[in-house]
Amino acid sequence: MDIWLLPRARLGELIATLRARGYDVVAPTPRDGAIVYDTIESDADLPIGLGDEQSPGRYRMVARGDAAVFGYAVGPTSFKRNFHVPTERLYRVERVGGALRFVPEPVAARKVALLGARGCDLVALRSLDRVLQGDRYRDERYAARRSDVVLIAVHCGTPSASCFCTSMGTGPRASGPWDLALTELTTGQHRFIVETGSAMGLTLVRELGLRAAGTLDKIHAAKVPIAAAESITRRLETDALGARLAQNLDHPRFAKVAERCLACTNCTQVCPTCFCTTVEDHTELDGSAAERHRRWDSCFDLEFSYIHGGPVRPSVRARYRQWLTHKLSSWHEQFGSSGCVGCGRCITWCPAGIDITEEAREVGSPRKAEKTT
Amino acid sequence: MKAKKPKLAVFKLASCDGCQLSLLDCEDELLAVAGAVEIAYFLEATSRIVKGPYDLTLVEGSITTEHDAERLRLIRKQSKKLITIGACATAGGIQALRNFADVAEYARVVYARPDTLKTLATSTPVAAHVAVDYELRGCPVDKRQLLEVLNAFLNGRPPRIGSHSVCLDCKRKGTVCVMVAHGTPCLGPVTHSGCGALCPSYTRGCFGCFGPSASAHPAALRPALTQLGKTEAEVARLYATFNAAAPAFAAEHQSLAKRKEPTT
Ligand code: SF4
Ligand code: SF4
Ligand code: SF4
Repeated sequence: MDIWLLPRARLGELIATLRARGYDVVAPTPRDGAIVYDTIESDADLPIGLGDEQSPGRYRMVARGDAAVFGYAVGPTSFKRNFHVPTERLYRVERVGGALRFVPEPVAARKVALLGARGCDLVALRSLDRVLQGDRYRDERYAARRSDVVLIAVHCGTPSASCFCTSMGTGPRASGPWDLALTELTTGQHRFIVETGSAMGLTLVRELGLRAAGTLDKIHAAKVPIAAAESITRRLETDALGARLAQNLDHPRFAKVAERCLACTNCTQVCPTCFCTTVEDHTELDGSAAERHRRWDSCFDLEFSYIHGGPVRPSVRARYRQWLTHKLSSWHEQFGSSGCVGCGRCITWCPAGIDITEEAREVGSPRKAEKTT
Repeated sequence: MKAKKPKLAVFKLASCDGCQLSLLDCEDELLAVAGAVEIAYFLEATSRIVKGPYDLTLVEGSITTEHDAERLRLIRKQSKKLITIGACATAGGIQALRNFADVAEYARVVYARPDTLKTLATSTPVAAHVAVDYELRGCPVDKRQLLEVLNAFLNGRPPRIGSHSVCLDCKRKGTVCVMVAHGTPCLGPVTHSGCGALCPSYTRGCFGCFGPSASAHPAALRPALTQLGKTEAEVARLYATFNAAAPAFAAEHQSLAKRKEPTT
């Protein structure tokens, strides 16, 4: 594989090249005190010199004291909102004479380049692909939005205290497929070491006329995700985890976590693989037309499991159990992988600071004899 | 098409009129509503009064006097569908703070002749007195939701209104959480959706105007609020506002009030 050198001063050209090719560049950008993924226009929009502090229930965007561009860990948004959009009209039905006319909502054509995707982000996207355009079910709207996407990964050098990608095998090094993968080096001349992973990646590198990276730079770059991995302290033991959780569905820990859980839905909304939606119908006041909309929903919402007669999961205990065991256990049977990529978002953005790794550890361990102290 | 338009009535009990104003505030859409119904009783909008029965009745306000309780029973008798609008009608409103205090004492402090006053010791929601077909939350109600409820009832379908937390709306919108990212105390995690997550999108914490969400669990929010520097008394005050008597909020500020009391 060829490896190239991109000086920091020329990062803007990569963005400009993508934009000239008609791509919306979706990348990290600071907004309202957090680093979010959104459309950017130039490298000036990137979180230059910004990092973050994260812990259960707490996030702070902080100045790093250097000019690093990718010196933060994942924030509250994930790339899923670009393809699996939070709210959309599916179709409109109009009365025409005695008949009904169905008018599907077109999906706007949009070419998207994801710049700065971490290893966990990419695995999460593949997970969503499997769910929404895999073998069992195909969401044409998702597939259309996902049809022309350039992936520019960043090998992670700055995990947060919430991250546990090393346990889930999703990072800090971003495994392919990607078109380009960057490693940021800030010591000495600020630069990126660029790997190409596709014809598109090579085209971009040629268009920019990048020089090959030197041996020393390649070595420096290879060390970045290794050092990142060493700095990660959060762990989840995944050995037989699915089975261990499935055997412990009546574990008393579920009642305990339900005392702390707000059923606020934040964990599912920030999770890059959660895909649940609700469908809502709306009518014109005079009854001449109706519309169907789809919105993000959550297994933590009481109404989510409502069927005739009542909700299937009325207690928060049952809802937390659904979330934990779906992510870490039944997802394997359904989709052939874990539903969790270890990004830590649900830990940081839970207002109650509930930690999925801690809950899974408790529920998945052999039950202690009931203590009588 | 229907020969006769459904008759709409809007009644007011103990309240500030803000919710009815939301209907008048609908401007553009109000004309469409006025076209779809016959406005039979709506004193805020017109002094023309058409006698009942009414097809659709909106009730604003809470019950604080025996006289209003009697009026409400008559309103119910004349209404095919009765919808309550706002925090007063659905939870007793801010005036329900009296439920946790001594009304006689209040009256003595405020009025020169408290003996001329005829008031109940409590402020209670409409549903505590008569059957209600739908309760729309908010202080005041959200005009889009009000239109949605009217639309739904006129078209014989369920209103498209969730009972989830404000957080779900924040996340759908892409609003950065003010609590986690800024350390701003926020009642969003326990508050019923309806405003479209208005305050957090202006980097303010949620005030709980729409009352408790379907799964509201204020005790679980207490550690987060106290970690952000709120004393327990301040946490109690956060809940003792527009929806002070809504069961989930009342339980929280009352349980905190009990903890404050010195044990003698
Ligand atoms: S469950 Fe939590 S840690 Fe796992 S992918 Fe979802 S948000 Fe990330
Ligand atoms: S686990 Fe946390 S984020 Fe998820 S619903 Fe419960 S309190 Fe909200
Ligand atoms: S700002 Fe408030 S309502 Fe919004 S997500 Fe955060 S805690 Fe929830």
